[in-house]
Amino acid sequence: MIPFSSVLLVSAVLFALGLVGVLTRRSALTIFMSVELMLNAATLVFVGASRALGTMDGQLFAFFVMTVAAAEAAVGLAIVIALFRRRRTTDMDQVSLLKW
Amino acid sequence: MSARELVFWADAIVAVMSAFVVVLHRNAVVCALALVMHLCAIAVFFLLLDAAFLFAVQVILYAGAIMVLFLFVVMLLDPEGRGMGIRVGRVQLGLTIVGASLLLMGMARALPSAMDPSPALPEGFGGAHSVGRLLFTDYLFPFELASILLLVAMIGAIHMGRKEVER
Repeated sequence: MIPFSSVLLVSAVLFALGLVGVLTRRSALTIFMSVELMLNAATLVFVGASRALGTMDGQLFAFFVMTVAAAEAAVGLAIVIALFRRRRTTDMDQVSLLKW
Repeated sequence: MSARELVFWADAIVAVMSAFVVVLHRNAVVCALALVMHLCAIAVFFLLLDAAFLFAVQVILYAGAIMVLFLFVVMLLDPEGRGMGIRVGRVQLGLTIVGASLLLMGMARALPSAMDPSPALPEGFGGAHSVGRLLFTDYLFPFELASILLLVAMIGAIHMGRKEVER
């Protein structure tokens, strides 16, 4: 049986890696992939908590997180394509009109 | 250490390594393929945590459908992955250190009080039958909301992805 604390530990490491990716990558596509890493770390905690509590609710939440992730990927990638069409780049350093 | 724990830690190594590749590699295609590997490793976690239905959903929906979308867009926009490495400025480095240390501090507080997994599980825990039963009884309203969300996302993606018409 897997202790809940090790699930928490692994998912914290994965979430931190995703955070580092979001903050340091330049391409919009790889920033997106790092967001997926963070989403999956959160899903893992939901499933681990579901196992620890012995109830199914956490798994249902993980299921809904996956649904939201699918919607987010579809809309986000459409935004990236629209951005590329207009600016000919996916480099987030060059899309800085609204940054201070 | 039981066999299950051994598989868990081996899988954890695979998941962390592939996450490192996703975060650090220059080439976006390699990143996407490493992400597929990472998602499969997460699916194995689900299997180890008695979530057989989510294991199947993760492999089919995430590692299958969503990653095909990702790879498609990566191949369309940036197949060579040129000039898209990591930028490490002072702001990024500071934010990264602050974020990671806050997370680790929170973990250090949470880990000792983490509960032990309950030994006895109900019959069919995590199977398609029990997930489906909950989905269509207790979680019927969120289920319908999710379907509306997917519809909205589909319309939004089509709207933003289409070619702009000159007027």
